Amino acid sequence: MSSQSPRRVIPIKVERQSNLTAKERSAVLDACMRLKGLPGALLPILHAVQEALRFVPKDAVPLIARELNLSVAEVHGVVSFYHYFLQERPGRQVMHLCRAEACQARGGVALEAHVKATLGVDFHGTTRDGAITLEPVYCLGNCALGPSLMIDQQLHGRVTAERFDALITRRQEPT
Amino acid sequence: MRIYVPRDAAALGVGADETARSILAEAQRRGIAVELIRNGSRGLLWLEPLVEVDVAGTRMAYGPVQFNDVAGLFEAGFTTGKPHALSHGVTEQIPYLKKQERLTFARVGITDPRSLEDYKQHGGYRGLKTALTLKPEDIVASVTASGLRGRGGAAFPAGIKWKTVLGAQSAQKYIVCNADEGDSGTFSDRMLMEGDPFVLIEGMTIAGLATGATQGYIYLRWEYPQAKLALEAAIAAANAAGYLGQNILGSSKAFELEVRMGAGAYICGEETSLLESLEGKRGQVRFKPPLPALQGLWAKPTVINNVITFASVPIILDRGAEFYQHFGMGRSRGTLPMQLAGNIKHGGLVEIAFGMTLREILYDYGGGSFSGRPIRAVQVGGPLGAYHPESQFDTPLDYEAFAAIKGMLGHGGIVAFDDTVDMAAQARYAMEFCAIESCGKCTPCRIGSTRGVEVIDRLVAGENAAKQETILRDLCETLTYGSLCALGGLTPYPVISALNHFPQDFVKPVGASSAAG
Repeated sequence: MSSQSPRRVIPIKVERQSNLTAKERSAVLDACMRLKGLPGALLPILHAVQEALRFVPKDAVPLIARELNLSVAEVHGVVSFYHYFLQERPGRQVMHLCRAEACQARGGVALEAHVKATLGVDFHGTTRDGAITLEPVYCLGNCALGPSLMIDQQLHGRVTAERFDALITRRQEPT
Repeated sequence: MRIYVPRDAAALGVGADETARSILAEAQRRGIAVELIRNGSRGLLWLEPLVEVDVAGTRMAYGPVQFNDVAGLFEAGFTTGKPHALSHGVTEQIPYLKKQERLTFARVGITDPRSLEDYKQHGGYRGLKTALTLKPEDIVASVTASGLRGRGGAAFPAGIKWKTVLGAQSAQKYIVCNADEGDSGTFSDRMLMEGDPFVLIEGMTIAGLATGATQGYIYLRWEYPQAKLALEAAIAAANAAGYLGQNILGSSKAFELEVRMGAGAYICGEETSLLESLEGKRGQVRFKPPLPALQGLWAKPTVINNVITFASVPIILDRGAEFYQHFGMGRSRGTLPMQLAGNIKHGGLVEIAFGMTLREILYDYGGGSFSGRPIRAVQVGGPLGAYHPESQFDTPLDYEAFAAIKGMLGHGGIVAFDDTVDMAAQARYAMEFCAIESCGKCTPCRIGSTRGVEVIDRLVAGENAAKQETILRDLCETLTYGSLCALGGLTPYPVISALNHFPQDFVKPVGASSAAG
């Protein structure tokens, strides 16, 4: 019964057109290779991708989905659920400003207005010169010494408007 | 010459690294050999960076020490404990610290959190050694007898949870530490993990022995990078010394431990949502039952407790259930590390037995408001806790006493507000926070929170105010009784307490425009 009728191959486009650079692509694949053996590997992989690329590019999602044998929707659902994962390329620095009650009690609301006015952006925005992306955060665990903000994982407490201006000026100087 | 400069995140946030560098540079310039120890924080946070100098075995405190104070301190002779404008005398004798009953935080700020040797010299791993001589059911019995209740907020008896897991039949069980300390006004988990990571590891290891679980996870929020460094260093040291791994201290018992990072979702502090997140999914709340104790992580029996709960276990095993049980009042046994935060003069960590009143902690420890204005409202128990007016300040810090006034102790966070606070804005923020952080699984929380913001806006704007208030109260009832978990279920606490205790803030002043936001 082994008739030689040619097998029909339905081409499946495994990967959509991707805009990832070769470097980005290899960073994503490297994170997957290193971590996909872990139980519940998706969050560790997303952390590794964001650590390497500073955000999780849209085109990384199908690649991660393929490596973990998940659907694109599942991976996208996870990336978009968590506030920490950035889906757009951020500025050179990411500033997380605390909006929670303990900081509010110490002038956090006024500081928030000052920060937005100084940077000229709202939350989730990036300054026009591409220097800083401003993100809200709900508690940095520095509630006795607020208002607090974090710049690239570095915590700053007792931030007044003046201290904020000094921080920004210091950081604008090239290092 | 031994000098201590904390590596605690709160200290780093006000310049501890710069202070430490400055001390080393100045010491070198003066030809003084200095052994610099980066300890945890003593919890006197208004004094950070708090530098301590070891003078013939006695630690002397100076703070807050900024980098440009260092030369002056050397000049004044602080290396021999001489007085200076920033000196506070013997650290242990500072009243804020001296009056505390530090059981869980016994070593925080004292030891070098990177040193296993230091941990052991200060009583560390004695609880584990006791546990290794006991049968699992005896460890569980000891934890039950101590009266220890979950310190994450829900206050469920730890021993009962452990007993359920011990009794569950499964080839694999898990120990999960909830280190997703997202409540505003709380930082005790962070301080403990940064200042004494080994005690958490020891507590989780004992939980593993007690229940037959061989794998543990610490689910840590991304906002705590210093805690991550401290935990990972401590886990590596514990593994190398045989306190973790496949053969704990030659007992042939196994326990492995791993840190996993959260990604900025308040809801992942809810235990079932945390388990979903650990499994690599969206942090959506699960229906209960099944209880996590029976079907938790990957549907296996799982002990999930807060950092402070696990960290309280070693001393219970070491000193005995009776010793721990002796502290506290009513059904709240032991100590609770309270966190004084917000508009408070002396913010910090205060570990005391249950039973002190809110007023005592606000004024005797906290010293009143930071701004010097009267304290008008205090939120206890995080963003889902009630706002308390001055008339309730004499309530004792006890789980049941706070439940009786429609509040909760939660994780022990106390956030003070002075008389400039707009309580309608705080109520609105509570609804807004719920809307931002809702996992979206149940309708009351997902939709109700957004509607809540709108109703409060209309109420404050004076659009048919009586009707809006009725709608708001009705909506809050729906959230309370119709939500799947505590996020939707408790958001009405801050809203209704603000409305009940501070109704004048919800009334639009005559002739003023909308005050919302």
